[in-house]
Amino acid sequence: MKEIKVLGTGCCGSCTTTVALIEQVAQAKGVAVNLQKIEDLKEVMRHGIMSTPGVVIDGKVVHAGGVPSRAKIEQWLAAA
Amino acid sequence: MSAVLAPLRRWPSRQPLLFLILAAAAWFGLYQTLMPAADALVAALPVERDSRLGGALQFFFYDTPKVLLLLTGIVFVMGMINSYFTPERTRALLAGRSEGAANVMAASLGIVTPFCSCSAVPLFIGFVQAGVPLGVTFSFLISAPMVNEVALTLLFAMFGWNVALLYLGLGLSVAIVAGWVIGRLKMEAYLEDWVRDMPHATAAVGEDRLSLGERLDSGFAAVREIVGKVWPYILVGIAIGAGIHGYVPADFMASFMGRDVWWAVPLAVVIGVPMYTNAAGVIPIVQALLAKGAALGTVLAFMMSVIALSFPEMVILRKVLKLRLIATFVGVVATGILIVGYVFNAVL
Repeated sequence: MKEIKVLGTGCCGSCTTTVALIEQVAQAKGVAVNLQKIEDLKEVMRHGIMSTPGVVIDGKVVHAGGVPSRAKIEQWLAAA
Repeated sequence: MSAVLAPLRRWPSRQPLLFLILAAAAWFGLYQTLMPAADALVAALPVERDSRLGGALQFFFYDTPKVLLLLTGIVFVMGMINSYFTPERTRALLAGRSEGAANVMAASLGIVTPFCSCSAVPLFIGFVQAGVPLGVTFSFLISAPMVNEVALTLLFAMFGWNVALLYLGLGLSVAIVAGWVIGRLKMEAYLEDWVRDMPHATAAVGEDRLSLGERLDSGFAAVREIVGKVWPYILVGIAIGAGIHGYVPADFMASFMGRDVWWAVPLAVVIGVPMYTNAAGVIPIVQALLAKGAALGTVLAFMMSVIALSFPEMVILRKVLKLRLIATFVGVVATGILIVGYVFNAVL
C-alpha cells in the first residue's frame, strides 16, 4: 500500500483535481493507495514544498507545482 | 483543447527544433492573414461596413483571433522559459544577498518564475526560511502576480507596445521600491512566531537538465492551463469592447475618470482592492474605461490595484504575517500605485 499525500493551501481547485486524478489512475491500474489531502500549512512546509499542489509518496516529494500529468502519475504507481 | 493537442504532442518531443521552426512560421502566417480575413468575413455578412454594427463586428472578428493567437504564442514561449526558472532556483539565486540590487533581481525574476497566487504563502515561507531578506521576498511577491505575460500580452494586443512597456516598467518599479521600503522598516518581528521558528533551509537546487523536447511539453502544459482558463474572459472582454466601440458616447468616462479629477486615482485603487481577478478578467474593464476617455494613469492604477492587492490573498497571508506587517504591505504598495497613477496623468 502506497502512502500518498497531496499538499496544498486549499485555495484553488488544483489540489482537488490532483487528488481525483490520482484516485482515477490508481483505480484503473488496481493499485491500492492510501490517499490524503493535506492543507495544514505547517505540514506542507515541513516537506519543503514551495509551489502547490505537491505530491509526496511514502515520505518522498515526487512533484511540486501544478496538476501532474496522467503519464507521470502512472509512472509513480507503476514503480511499486 | 487537449483532444486537439494530443496527437500533435508526440512528434514535437522527438523533433523539437523542427517543430519550433514550423510552428513559428505557421504562427506568423496566420497572424498576417487576420486583417484581410476579418474584412472578408464582415463584407460577407449582410451588414453595412461603415455602420455601428459593422464597426463593432469587424473589431470583434479581428481582435478575438489576434488576441488569442498572440496569447497562445507568448504563453507557449513563456512556458518553455519558465521551465528554466523553478521557484527553487530563484530562491537559491536570491538567498543570502543583501538588499538593493537583490530587490531589482527579485522583481525581475518575478516575471519569469511560474507563479500561482495559491502558492504565495508556501513560497513566502520557503524564501524567508532560506535566508532571503524580507524586503527582497516582498519585491518578488509583488512583482510575480502583477507583472506577468498574460497582462503584458493583453495590454500589447489591445493598446500597443508603449502601454505594455509602461506597465512593465511601472510594475517593476512599484515592486522594487515597495520591497526595499518594507526591508528598511525592519519588520521581521511581525512574522508569525511559527514561521520565525522554522528550521533554516538550505537553498540547494537539484540537477534538472531537461531536454528541449521536455521544455516543449512545459510550453504545451502552460498553454493548456493558462489559455484554457482565460479565453472566456477574453471573449467577453472583446465583446464588451466591441459594443462600446460602436455605441457608448466617446467622453462618457472623461468627466469622472479624466486626468483633471484629482480623486479619481485613489478611488480607483480603493475600488480595486476588494476586486479579485486575474489580468485577463480586468482587461475588459480597462478596455471599456480607456475607450471612453478615462485617463491612462487612473486606469493603470486600477489594474495594478486589482491584481496586486486582493482581499483573499491577505486572508491567506494572515496565516504567516502579523496584522501590522500586512497593513504595512498594503500601505506601501498602495502608495506606490497612487504615485504611478498621478505621475502618468501628469506626464501624458
